[in-house]
Amino acid sequence: MARLGRRKFLTYTSAALGSSIVLKAYAKSPAQATAQQIAQASGDKIKVGILHSLSGTMAISETTVVDAEKLAIKEINADGGVLGKQIEAIVEDGASDWPTFAEKAAKLIEQDQVVTVFGCWTSASRQAVLPVFESKNHMLWYPIQYEGQECSRNIFYTGATPNQQIEPAVDWLLANKGTKFFLVGSDYVFPRTANTIIKEQLAVKGGEIVGEDYLPLGNTEVTPIITKIRVALPNGGIIFNSLNGDSNVAFFKQMQGAGLTPEQYPVMSVSIAEEEVRQIGKEYLRGHYAAWNYFQTVDTPANQKFVEAFRAEYGQDRVTNDPMEAAYIMVYLWKQAVEKAGTTELEAVRAAAIGQSMDAPEGFVEMKPSHHISKTVRIGQIRDDGLFEIVWSTDGPIDPLPWNQFVPETKGYGCDWSDPNKGGRYQM
Amino acid sequence: MAIFLESLFNGLSIGAVLLIAALGLAIVFGLMGVINLAHGELIMLGAYATFVTQNLFKGFGEPWFDFYIIVALPVAFVVSGLTGLILEKGVIRYLYGRPLETLLATWGVSLILRQLVRSVNWVLMIAIGIFSLLFFGGMFLLKGRYPEKISNLITGTILTLSIALAAITGYFLQQNSPKRMTELWFGTRNVDVTAPAWLRGGIPIGGFQVPIARVFIIILTIVCILAIYWFLNKSSWGLRIRAVTQNRTMSACLGIPTEKVDALTFSIGSGLAGIAGCGISLLGSVGPNTGQNYIIDTFMVVVVGGVGNLLGTIIAALGIGILNYLIGSGILVIFLIDIAFLKPLVDILMFFASTSMAKVLVFALIIIFLQIKPAGIFPPKGRNAQL
Repeated sequence: MARLGRRKFLTYTSAALGSSIVLKAYAKSPAQATAQQIAQASGDKIKVGILHSLSGTMAISETTVVDAEKLAIKEINADGGVLGKQIEAIVEDGASDWPTFAEKAAKLIEQDQVVTVFGCWTSASRQAVLPVFESKNHMLWYPIQYEGQECSRNIFYTGATPNQQIEPAVDWLLANKGTKFFLVGSDYVFPRTANTIIKEQLAVKGGEIVGEDYLPLGNTEVTPIITKIRVALPNGGIIFNSLNGDSNVAFFKQMQGAGLTPEQYPVMSVSIAEEEVRQIGKEYLRGHYAAWNYFQTVDTPANQKFVEAFRAEYGQDRVTNDPMEAAYIMVYLWKQAVEKAGTTELEAVRAAAIGQSMDAPEGFVEMKPSHHISKTVRIGQIRDDGLFEIVWSTDGPIDPLPWNQFVPETKGYGCDWSDPNKGGRYQM
Repeated sequence: MAIFLESLFNGLSIGAVLLIAALGLAIVFGLMGVINLAHGELIMLGAYATFVTQNLFKGFGEPWFDFYIIVALPVAFVVSGLTGLILEKGVIRYLYGRPLETLLATWGVSLILRQLVRSVNWVLMIAIGIFSLLFFGGMFLLKGRYPEKISNLITGTILTLSIALAAITGYFLQQNSPKRMTELWFGTRNVDVTAPAWLRGGIPIGGFQVPIARVFIIILTIVCILAIYWFLNKSSWGLRIRAVTQNRTMSACLGIPTEKVDALTFSIGSGLAGIAGCGISLLGSVGPNTGQNYIIDTFMVVVVGGVGNLLGTIIAALGIGILNYLIGSGILVIFLIDIAFLKPLVDILMFFASTSMAKVLVFALIIIFLQIKPAGIFPPKGRNAQL
């Protein structure tokens, strides 16, 4: 047994340090290169912050959103920029760690003096940065569907609220697939809140919850849940799935092994989009459903342009999905607001943002006084090629309701930032 | 009766997953006493080896693709085993008998391995190759030629130079080479391992369906246990391993090459982690964090089973698996609900009948168990006991 001398110890630690630095350098280089290229494009720049997890558990999802945001910025810059100036993106890594998100948000605002921040994915990270943006009275654009029950003056939300995703999905299932529901979710704030809303909604509309269960994040042993489903729904029924991350893979792989087919046990997922289908394996998902506002297969001219531009930039094998689309359009909505305001001054942009609209890849969207946007709701069924066959969609965009109307505590409340007497939570 | 058999099978299949993930650790931690926090990452490497094999077999077309998993098993064993060998030779052998340092060092290794699969591409591999060639080549050529003081200086110089050269080469390649070279092999995203068609379905028995992937893992676990049992108890290297475990100094005196035995033991433990990775890729996700999902469970199994005892590990894994299933699925409630005087117990079980809460209860039970038997089900006896 060799003893480790001090010198040897120094040698080996320096080796370890060196190799980790080298590894880091490789990991970071693509992101930095693009940011630098954008910076070099012009001397006169408008600085914006991009704040997502580039490392850690959430990096899997959040890096794709960063790609979409950078694409939008690149396109705007190629088109002459905003107010005649180029946009410079400063990318910060929240590292899937909520205090880090708050720290990096403060850094972007104070040190880099950005005029707005695009960022966050999980509700936990958004809630961690919220006090920072509110205390500095700054501006965050948030692109992910979430559980609602929040309406901040300092955040613009371009993802769906429950009434733009979960509630229409439940209605569609009630009309087409039956009335018995089993709820499966990951054990954190979004699935718990979403399932509370579903329970209230089914109580009103005449559905039945036969069981529910929550998996800790990262758990991959789903046999007990499958048994519960079979006991609760011996003759088939609907599974409403708000699992996130790795558990989804285990869930669908083991569902198939246990013989729960999509015909008998259709699964409606609210966290599975094109990117996730690729990672889980389309063989396991064929025939199941997902509810979103955007699918890659949406047939609009804006979407064809978006998909083509994205593939040209990042490779032909890449797919686009709902969070990426929401991230892409929020940059454009911000740009329109700045142009209308004629300045990047925060109060003016905030006022100008309300009412901004565009023909987005998902269809027409408009920023409402509640700082949320109107969105078209769609339900897709997973095809053999891993993309979604759109089986149902609303006729036009649905207005956002950040305060949920099925939950007793928030029933009857609304949000309107264009009227100083109303604000973030008022009785309608 | 049917529900009883079904519960038994499901419990066993959860236990088998725990067991196959913990087998390698039972050897590395159990026999060698090395707290290897990178065990999860060795599992992860096995899963990635399965992914690579799957993609190679996709090129061969349909009849061959169905059997990629058979080839993936030895590939995963070799990949993880070799990584384990490098880990033992490069880090762990300097740290025997120092559990705290081992713990920290292997945790560092686990971080490096996780980042490696995220950022690995041809350029990085070339840079690592250049570094290894320069550093280890240089060390080999200069070994033992100079007195210690100068040799440390030389080591430092070679290290700095080779890191610098590798980094510079890597940087230039990164900037100037074609896309194929700089493209990440796996990236940060999870990758999909799709089981061949014959492993995806299930065999219907009565009211429920037995998933073939589960049966496959149970069989794989049994084969691995038999192979280890045979290796440790019937082969001459197994004899040496047991001798070194029991009394290192005496074994060395009797001419057993203890360093070789250590390296071999560690590699086999790591290789088993690779096989586990291949097995669990049929059930779960494959990504840089895959190993993290299993590391706590595996340590739990080995500690409950009693360090250094294979039989204890088996019983612990199956016990934890069955308990987890019975509580989490609420089956226990169904069994006991008709018995009147157990009503309070049923109420408590109802409260714990969800996957999150079942974990809590099982952890609590394990803590209570370890209070009663701190050294696990089968504590080491006699002079080996270090209590």
